[in-house]
Amino acid sequence: MIKSVKAEIVENKPIAPEFFRMTLKAETLASEGLPGQFVMVKVSPNLEPFLRRPISLHQINREEATVSLLYQVVGKGTRLMSETQKGKVIELLGPLGKGFTWSDSDRVVALVGGGCGTAPLVALAHSLLEDKKEVHVLLGAQTKEKLVCEEDFISMGAKVKVATDDGSYGHHGFVTDLLKNLIHDVALDMVYSCGPLPMTKEVVKLTQEASIPCQISLEERMGCGIGACIGCVCKVRTKDGAFTYKKVCKDGPVFKGEEVMFDD
Amino acid sequence: MTNLAVEVAGIKLKNPVLTASGTFGFGREFAELYDLNLLGGVMVKGTTLNPRLGNPPPRIAETPAGMLNSVGLQNPGVDYVIREEIPWLRQFDVAVIVNVSGHSFDEYAEIAARLDGVPGVDGLEINISCPNVKGGGMAFGTDPKMAAEVIKRVRSRTQLPVIAKLSPNVTDITEIARAVEAEGADAVSLINTVLGMAIDIKTRRPVLANIVGGLSGPAIKPIALRMVWQVAQTVNIPIIGMGGITTAEDAVEFLLAGATAVAIGAGNFCNPMTAPEVIKGLKNWLSQEKIDDVRELIGGLKT
Repeated sequence: MIKSVKAEIVENKPIAPEFFRMTLKAETLASEGLPGQFVMVKVSPNLEPFLRRPISLHQINREEATVSLLYQVVGKGTRLMSETQKGKVIELLGPLGKGFTWSDSDRVVALVGGGCGTAPLVALAHSLLEDKKEVHVLLGAQTKEKLVCEEDFISMGAKVKVATDDGSYGHHGFVTDLLKNLIHDVALDMVYSCGPLPMTKEVVKLTQEASIPCQISLEERMGCGIGACIGCVCKVRTKDGAFTYKKVCKDGPVFKGEEVMFDD
Repeated sequence: MTNLAVEVAGIKLKNPVLTASGTFGFGREFAELYDLNLLGGVMVKGTTLNPRLGNPPPRIAETPAGMLNSVGLQNPGVDYVIREEIPWLRQFDVAVIVNVSGHSFDEYAEIAARLDGVPGVDGLEINISCPNVKGGGMAFGTDPKMAAEVIKRVRSRTQLPVIAKLSPNVTDITEIARAVEAEGADAVSLINTVLGMAIDIKTRRPVLANIVGGLSGPAIKPIALRMVWQVAQTVNIPIIGMGGITTAEDAVEFLLAGATAVAIGAGNFCNPMTAPEVIKGLKNWLSQEKIDDVRELIGGLKT
């Protein structure tokens, strides 16, 4: 159920260059939110910037009735978010969209995160580990200092491997190189992915070659965030071999890897 | 007791606030957030004869105090709308106006005919102003003869009130308004979005896949107000005013300029509670100003 929520900022601080973590006191989001779902954040009390910002749920803490958002400052909206002080109340809409799913038969899973796409995988890893899955986490970052959440995953009990573009930490190269190796070494039941589009495409390709089901979380510019404006769509295969446009905000943001058509 | 009720083209509205086509789907999403019975009316998503896929993404670009869109009329087609969406909307005590979008005179007329007599449909808004589809939409609304012909054809195929939705992308909007009035339009709604574009300087490409799109939001409010005022001076049929309304005060401005009712468009995105907040704010404003009937405001501009 979509709700319009007013939430107090409990904490809002930088955790890496450009990256911030905002924790909010938000009972309904904490009790109803699921990994992979997102919220639309009203970043300013006035009309500028005009649209809300879609941000995924990064941590869902039912006991403390809080949720966290991990975001990268990339423009006007996220800059305003980063400047909003602890103690302030902000407006959100959520929880929105369809999140990640898993079944009892999945035992060994891999989570592939690139850059800010790592954010929703923290909540996901938490749920999967609670469900006693063996969780492998593969993280990609530009540099060591822009790597986020590694300790979060380790402290939960996930098996973590890292790749950096500049080789300053872990594997020198792409996170998908790590996935290729993991697919070779471990029998995976499911792969979850969230990150930049080239990474997502490669994850889909590798998992399809290995016949492993895969779920990908997509990002798109959004108007309403609830499915009314049809502004954020992705191409999805239909049975007759053609395609249709599905709403990233409502039919996603999480899709099956094989259903999405990427334009090259 | 303050009266908020108005009548547009024979359609009774319990208050003068509607939601604008293309910003509200068929109401299902917003029904999770508030009681749709609060609204004066709902103008549903642009409906074509056959299902339409719409334009490729990206379809949205944020701009100063507004946004561009190039959705391109993605919709499930009129038969689906009649079968699935209208019956669902009937549970609410709210006027339902179906936005009719075509690519040919025949398509407009055929959609109108199919919607004629459908229980739960209170009126048709004829979209002769969509800037996002090729070979249709706005082409009909920027030429007075074409606009008149669409309204004439639609008029001959339906008993429902016909509202012509006008494009701001013209030199003289009053010319189009006169043309549709002469062919039997019962009301006009204005404005549709203003054609615009945005460029990503890093990639040197347009932000929208469609290159151009329709601008909406507070950025276009002064244009919309000016056009409502001009049209109000020109025609005798009522006006539904829209363009950047986010507050009750905005709505009052449109009523003073000559609108009988108003619609909330992109305002539904920046705050999904905009429509009920505007209704509540309007009621409060009227009682503060000791005005007991909202209709006193219509066309009350002093010049």
